Amino acid sequence: MSRAFSMSVLLVVAAMSAVQPAGAETFGQIMDEFAESARSTPGFQGFSAANGEQFFKATHGNDWSCASCHTENPASSGKHAKTSKLIKPMAPLVNPERFTDPAKVEKWFKRNCNDVLERACTAQEKGDVLTYLLTINK
Amino acid sequence: MSIDFGSALRMFAAVVLLGGVMSVAQADDDEHEGGRRSVATNAAWQAECGECHVAFPPRLLPAASWREMMAGLDKHFGTDASLEAPVAQEIGAFLEQHASRRKIDPAAKPLLRISETRWFVREHDEVPQRVWKNPLVKSPSNCAACHTEAESGDYRERNIRMPK
Ligand code: HEC
Ligand code: HEC
Ligand code: HEC
Repeated sequence: MSRAFSMSVLLVVAAMSAVQPAGAETFGQIMDEFAESARSTPGFQGFSAANGEQFFKATHGNDWSCASCHTENPASSGKHAKTSKLIKPMAPLVNPERFTDPAKVEKWFKRNCNDVLERACTAQEKGDVLTYLLTINK
Repeated sequence: MSIDFGSALRMFAAVVLLGGVMSVAQADDDEHEGGRRSVATNAAWQAECGECHVAFPPRLLPAASWREMMAGLDKHFGTDASLEAPVAQEIGAFLEQHASRRKIDPAAKPLLRISETRWFVREHDEVPQRVWKNPLVKSPSNCAACHTEAESGDYRERNIRMPK
């Protein structure tokens, strides 16, 4: 199962690189880093889009889920749950600007995980979410 | 390459600070709240403080308020808006330099909301209650709901459209 998923990630990254070479490259680097640090946890099985989707749509003790601002459908625009400001789609196949800057990705995982879970997200959770977002194309 | 992380970080901070000084130098000091003349701006402030809402103009709060806000970004009105230290320092300096110069009571706790300042309440006292309660407005902080050019720092009367 983990094989199949990393295969599909590779395929989508390959598909992206045809359109947006630089974007796909940084996306690959970001995923590699998450995989690198997740591998040090015993029992690591690779990343799962299904777990990522569940994590993204569920609340984790607080009022907000990731979907509260990014919507249940990451291919469409979301809006900030408190300020109503528009947030562009999270799916990189729809919005190629996504996940092209590792510092931006880290900054927002730190903030948003803190708001939603009151802790940092694990490398497993971050990798699962990105794997899920990468499967969304409409 | 034998460049260590610490010095890379310092170089980065120096470049960021330099950029900040340059953009501040270009900015026009503007005491008029409506911002009829060119408005003070800074690239890091515009980008980082404009992500979740419009980047609120520095001239609408005193320096003490900005200082307190920048010291507590991890708990910013119920959300985590934390920044790396070098960029937070640059933005803090910009905000304080262009802050409101109205006299404030130095003993009072600094207000963190523009929408709670006496100036704001007075300026907006003709806005009807039903407009504040309109779901398109939701919160007085939502400047862009009425100030159609708030994104670019323009709050002039002719660009105000209140939702019905
Ligand atoms: C309260 C609103 C809110 C919630 C809840 C929220 N986000 Fe965000 N998120 C934002 C905003 C605002 C941005 C920055 C605007 C943008 O990039 O369009 C952002 C950006 C991001 C980015 C950066 C994307 C990039 O382009 O690099 C990631 C990653 C992210 N969010 C993940 C999450 C995850 C995972 C969750 C759930 C744990 C979550 N967010 C919950 C508001 C939210
Ligand atoms: C992660 C999202 C986020 C970021 C980034 C952010 N803010 Fe905010 N800010 C909020 C929220 C949420 C509120 C509360 C809005 C409300 O109550 O309607 C707020 C409110 C404010 C207010 C009060 C508005 C009023 O009611 O008068 C000020 C001033 C402010 N922010 C300044 C800043 C500055 C300066 C920065 C950059 C250093 C910044 N914000 C970055 C989310 C953010
Ligand atoms: C519900 C609509 C509404 C919202 C929300 C709102 N304003 Fe206003 N604002 C107005 C109206 C109407 C006036 C004009 C009042 C008058 O001149 O009689 C005004 C006037 C102003 C002026 C003076 C303009 C001038 O040239 O005289 C400034 C500056 C301003 N608002 C800033 C803000 C800021 C900053 C925010 C958000 C923190 C905000 N406003 C939120 C409706 C709104």
